[in-house]
Amino acid sequence: MSGLKYSKDHEYLRIEGEVAVVGITDYAQAQLGDIVFVDLPTIGKKVTKGGELAVIESVKAASEVYAPVAGEVVEVNAELGEKPALVNEAPLSGGWLVKLRLENPAEIETLMDEAAYDGFLKTL
Amino acid sequence: MTAQPDLEQAPLARLPLDAIHRSLGARMAPFAGYDMPLQYASGIVSETLHTRQKAGLFDVSHMGQAILAGAGAARALEGLVPADILGLAPGRTRYTQLLSESGGILDDLLVTRLPGVEERLLLVVNAARKAADFAFIAERLPQFDFLPLNRALIALQGPRAAGVLGALLPGAEGLPFMSWRAFDEGVSSFFVSRTGYTGEDGFEISMRPDRAELFVKAMLQNPDVAPVGLGARDALRLEAGLPLYGHDLDEATDPVEAGLAWSIGKRRRTEGGFPGFARIGAALRDGSARLRVGLAPQSKAPVREGAILVSQSGEIVGNVTSGGFSPTLQRPIAMGYVAREHARAGVPLATELRGSRIGVDVAPLPFVAHRYFRTDAKGA
Repeated sequence: MSGLKYSKDHEYLRIEGEVAVVGITDYAQAQLGDIVFVDLPTIGKKVTKGGELAVIESVKAASEVYAPVAGEVVEVNAELGEKPALVNEAPLSGGWLVKLRLENPAEIETLMDEAAYDGFLKTL
Repeated sequence: MTAQPDLEQAPLARLPLDAIHRSLGARMAPFAGYDMPLQYASGIVSETLHTRQKAGLFDVSHMGQAILAGAGAARALEGLVPADILGLAPGRTRYTQLLSESGGILDDLLVTRLPGVEERLLLVVNAARKAADFAFIAERLPQFDFLPLNRALIALQGPRAAGVLGALLPGAEGLPFMSWRAFDEGVSSFFVSRTGYTGEDGFEISMRPDRAELFVKAMLQNPDVAPVGLGARDALRLEAGLPLYGHDLDEATDPVEAGLAWSIGKRRRTEGGFPGFARIGAALRDGSARLRVGLAPQSKAPVREGAILVSQSGEIVGNVTSGGFSPTLQRPIAMGYVAREHARAGVPLATELRGSRIGVDVAPLPFVAHRYFRTDAKGA
């Protein structure tokens, strides 16, 4: 098991203590196609669950990324400024988007584990 | 991440080559009532670059093809479009626009005068407009035979296109730009024109739907050829500065402000005799209040269709009608309309994107130079 948690909007969370690393899943990056720009939030921004966290621009369209849980942005992936394609190439590692300090860690339980997410993908 | 746009309500028509697209790993999307390949596995950037470097194969069978036939058809069509159709030699093709009574663009199209004794014009129109165009033409020109064609249409574009097609249809490689020839191969002919909408040399090949599969498979066997979807087609035409109907052209826009005055025949500028001549003649004489221009966003984020452009003094002076990311130039590019006094390369304008102000400079078109096949010094 990867230990990742997933939302139905195709974001993932990797819990590192009180902080969650947030990115989009491999399925999501494939759906978006070639990513050319990632608009990341400012550090310190507080987001509610379901609120806008980032905007990913592919060649053809802009897509919003929603916060899977509430929290405060404590770090963003500055490498994406020069290399937005990292989200395509390594969405689960080098292509992460932001780190959130969790406001309510219990919210994690509302997300899917990997087996549930894989099952969810099969329904699409 | 947001869901993909809602699917259209009406059932989607399938292309004759639908199964081939799916077997090539296409991601399909609804467009103009058709289930169309948006991109293949390699993606929009790679498909765009492949077309610029080698040859891209596009299924554009959703577009409308029709023949207008009968003595006097060329003169009669001049009553609907501003191009010189009477002066079109057999086997030659011209770009023009169907115009409304007020000179607005109802669609843009290619017109070819077919060789032969009978006076016949082959028309190729946009998919989203074909039903309306065909009804309009049949109603306006009832004395002629108007025959919509059920044929597949495949575009092969890029610097290697001539070599690829010439190997399958010998002689095609020598066809001049903007000309047309029928190749008789068995039971029905292939119509080949040296045209396209990418800025590259290339061809559009029309054939009976039941002949398309073998032909496309033969082209795809050549390692220089890759299938290319609608996403890259849009990027290519934007890089080439070519306007897209429904985005950069519409019924409110006349050909002069759209930067298409070059397609209005010299004789027709003085004679008129096409819809909207009062407006278009005045625009040719006095200039238009607004003009289509290239736009270079000074940002890493693309500026999209619908963005409002303001001048240095904050006055609204235009809007973006197409915008995206150029795979060839690796930066955002766009086109739109701006007031005449700002329609000069280098003029700094601005727009707002997600709360931030972004500089947008007026830029010359095309962004990527055209590389059409020219057989003489004058050009076609």
